[in-house]
Amino acid sequence: MKAFESNLEYKAFLTIAVVLVFCIPILNAVVPEGSFLHVSSFQLSLWGKYITYAVLAMSLNFLWGYTGLLCLCQSLFFALGAYAFGMYLMLHVGVDSVYNTALPDFMDFQGYTELPVYWAPFENGGFALLAAMIVPGMVAFIFGYLAFSSRIKGVYFSILTQALTYALMLLFFKNNLELFGQSFILFGGNNGLTDFKEIFGSKVDAQSTQIALFVASSVLMLGVYLLIAWLLTTKFGKVQQAIRDSENRVRFSGYSTTSYKLLIFVGSAMIAGMAGALYVPQVGGINANEMTPAKSLDVVVWVALGGRGTKFGPILGAIVVSMIKSYTTRAYPDSWLIILGLIFVLVVLFMPNGLIGLPDQLKPVFERFRKRSIAKGDVTENRA
Amino acid sequence: MKPVRSYLLALIATCASAFGQSESRLLLERLALAESDAYPAILEDLSNTGDSYISEFVDAWRVGEVYSHETESGDKLILVQVSEKFIRLTSGETMTLSEEEKESLEKNRPSRSLRRELKRITDTIDLSSPDADTRIAAALKLGLSQNLEYLKALEKRILLEESSRVVRGFEEAIAISLLANAGDASVLRDSIQRLGELKSLPSRDGIASILKGAEESGDAELARVCLTALGKIDGHQKVVENLGNLVRGFSLGSVLLIVAFGLAITFGLMGVINMAHGEFIAIGAYTCYQMNVVFERLFGAQSAAYQWFFWVSLPLCFLVAAAVGFALEKGLFRYLYKRPLESLLATWGLSMIFQQCFRLVFGAANVQVDTPQLLIGNFDLGGVSLSYTRVFIVAFAGIVILMTWILLSKTNLGLYIRAVMQNRQMASSLGIPVSRVNSITFAYGCGLAALAGAALSQIGNVGPSMGQAYIVDSFMVVVVGGVGNLLGAGISAMGIGTVDQFLQPMLGPVMGKILVFFAIILFLQWKPGGLFPARSRSMED
Repeated sequence: MKAFESNLEYKAFLTIAVVLVFCIPILNAVVPEGSFLHVSSFQLSLWGKYITYAVLAMSLNFLWGYTGLLCLCQSLFFALGAYAFGMYLMLHVGVDSVYNTALPDFMDFQGYTELPVYWAPFENGGFALLAAMIVPGMVAFIFGYLAFSSRIKGVYFSILTQALTYALMLLFFKNNLELFGQSFILFGGNNGLTDFKEIFGSKVDAQSTQIALFVASSVLMLGVYLLIAWLLTTKFGKVQQAIRDSENRVRFSGYSTTSYKLLIFVGSAMIAGMAGALYVPQVGGINANEMTPAKSLDVVVWVALGGRGTKFGPILGAIVVSMIKSYTTRAYPDSWLIILGLIFVLVVLFMPNGLIGLPDQLKPVFERFRKRSIAKGDVTENRA
Repeated sequence: MKPVRSYLLALIATCASAFGQSESRLLLERLALAESDAYPAILEDLSNTGDSYISEFVDAWRVGEVYSHETESGDKLILVQVSEKFIRLTSGETMTLSEEEKESLEKNRPSRSLRRELKRITDTIDLSSPDADTRIAAALKLGLSQNLEYLKALEKRILLEESSRVVRGFEEAIAISLLANAGDASVLRDSIQRLGELKSLPSRDGIASILKGAEESGDAELARVCLTALGKIDGHQKVVENLGNLVRGFSLGSVLLIVAFGLAITFGLMGVINMAHGEFIAIGAYTCYQMNVVFERLFGAQSAAYQWFFWVSLPLCFLVAAAVGFALEKGLFRYLYKRPLESLLATWGLSMIFQQCFRLVFGAANVQVDTPQLLIGNFDLGGVSLSYTRVFIVAFAGIVILMTWILLSKTNLGLYIRAVMQNRQMASSLGIPVSRVNSITFAYGCGLAALAGAALSQIGNVGPSMGQAYIVDSFMVVVVGGVGNLLGAGISAMGIGTVDQFLQPMLGPVMGKILVFFAIILFLQWKPGGLFPARSRSMED
């Protein structure tokens, strides 16, 4: 295929695709539970979560690695997508035992008897999935248009995106929004959306649903990988990377860098939103904690650790850091943040190309080492 | 000014206690030993002394802690029992009594009618207090009770007042009391009108209820008077609110300003985005907390030395943070110069490490830093009460600005700093020790953040992630002000702080923040480089 740089990449991609889409689901569904090869449902949804994280990291890499825009609101887009689909799930929890209404608990709690207008369309799953892409896309478009047209770039862009995350996070932590003397109910405040029951007619925690979600996440990841790989070979991708390397020269050559950046920004926001939509049923909830600026910076560290500006790096980084996290938060809960912080510092200082670039980075060291040992060998030979 | 005043007051109070108190104590003893027909004259004298000890004694008297004691020479004394000890009322000295004498003590209790009289005196005693503020506060309290009895006392005392401020306070109290006690309609109208002229906030509810009554009964004249008065009062209230917001905004802006100065210097000078800057705020606040704890352990919370903890910790937290900053610059930041995006990440990691360390050392919960006595309280500025802490913070920011300005424009180091800011290579080739300048400046910026933290410990919570609440705002300040420009940072800090405080009561804190944020984005449409953009001929790619 045209998108792949080498035969090796092509083969690796195919292998991973087969493993994710066929092998793991079969190992979960068919292989009996006691068996050595069995993949438990817990593992399945855990890896499903990692894969959505990987998509999130890829969307950031698309922006930061290939366009040079360090965006600190990627997890905001992720959370927006998650909220959009979470709203659909929330409206299908069925009649609850406490209030005997079909409304989500937090609405009953606030005395609502019917669904607010802006919640109503989310009863439709298709609309919710679409909104999971459109809403982050719209936010990215409005913000990006303002930011790029006034040529805000570099660190300023990062700072402003962080502030955007911060502002919207405050909004989502609220239960109600008072505006023009009216009160609008928001999205569940502190608790967020949780306690989902069914998704497109089947139970959320059923094994078949979990498998379907895992496969959907895997397909999304593979699809995004292909998309990015293909884009990089097109003229669009070349301009994109040229913007990263020297924006002014690109602009002087007659390209509208603003439009390019805006398009890329919106696209990556939509990808992040889709990842969020798949994240929410697998984790079973979403709340405003997923929107904190810290979460966005987590995504940055995934990309940085895996290898910024590489196709496979973000996936690797997201999975490695998430695994370290789930291990250390269990084993050493107090030191998780210190470890994460150290990863940030050390990666920036010593691994500019991330894990993917590590072999290349170490090659000269090895070579020097080998040369020295050869030289030593020569000396001993001469003596002999 | 404040310390001088409070010392003077303390001095006056001690002198007063030597003379005035003994007089009231003598009177009290006479009262306790007198027959009922002598009461009125003594009570009259008592109510003129204005000594707060009277209420203390009356309390003791009521609960039966007062005894009369006959000495061997036949004199009768009054003793007050204070936790097993007997104290002579007139002199305040502790009497040593034998067991027999204790047996012979007679409980002295006021009669019912005397108690009522005494209650009136103790309630109104503050009206004749030597302190003008106490007098005004007491008058208002009595006026708000709308008791006819107190109205008489107020009307009597107002004739003795000389200071116009106190007279105004008494007038307000009388008028408020008259709202309920006025005999005829014209007196009521006059008092409402007077309240309107005095812009009396406490009377607002009373007037509003009268207005309601007047509208129901169809008294157009009274309703009109009420409406004018209410209009005046509401207008004044708005002014007070706005002024309050302004001061709060200024103090918030001052904190932002101190924080943003540090950021602006490090960013302008070194191109390092210090996301861990907020943690230096926390270092400052925790240093204050630690000093608070140490002083409490060394001297005890009651001692005079304890009050010094805050003033000692101010320079100390600057030094601590500067030392930490210096070490970090040497160990980490100097590898990040002119790599702003990477520095953002590394410093973010650093900030997480710091926060977790704070959590491990000081606990995850917020800690409380005491406010030194000097900063407790409010003062009144045309009806707006300002807390001393807020004013202190504004003044403190002024000092910090002055310090920074002197450092940058009057010292050799400042000259170097400006040179390095303008052109690093050129400065280096002219023999300026660039790396040393960097370390010192970075340490200075961190020290400033810690000073902001010390100031914050007086108005906000001290917790492991306290820095995060301010860091986003202070980045906004730097961006709006123009990077590396201290004047711009100052103006934008004050602007953002004030706008924030004005929007908050109107829209709630969250919408206020969101609106400020969008205002900033729109502002950057108009001036992308901030208020004072850095001028440069290079294309900066």
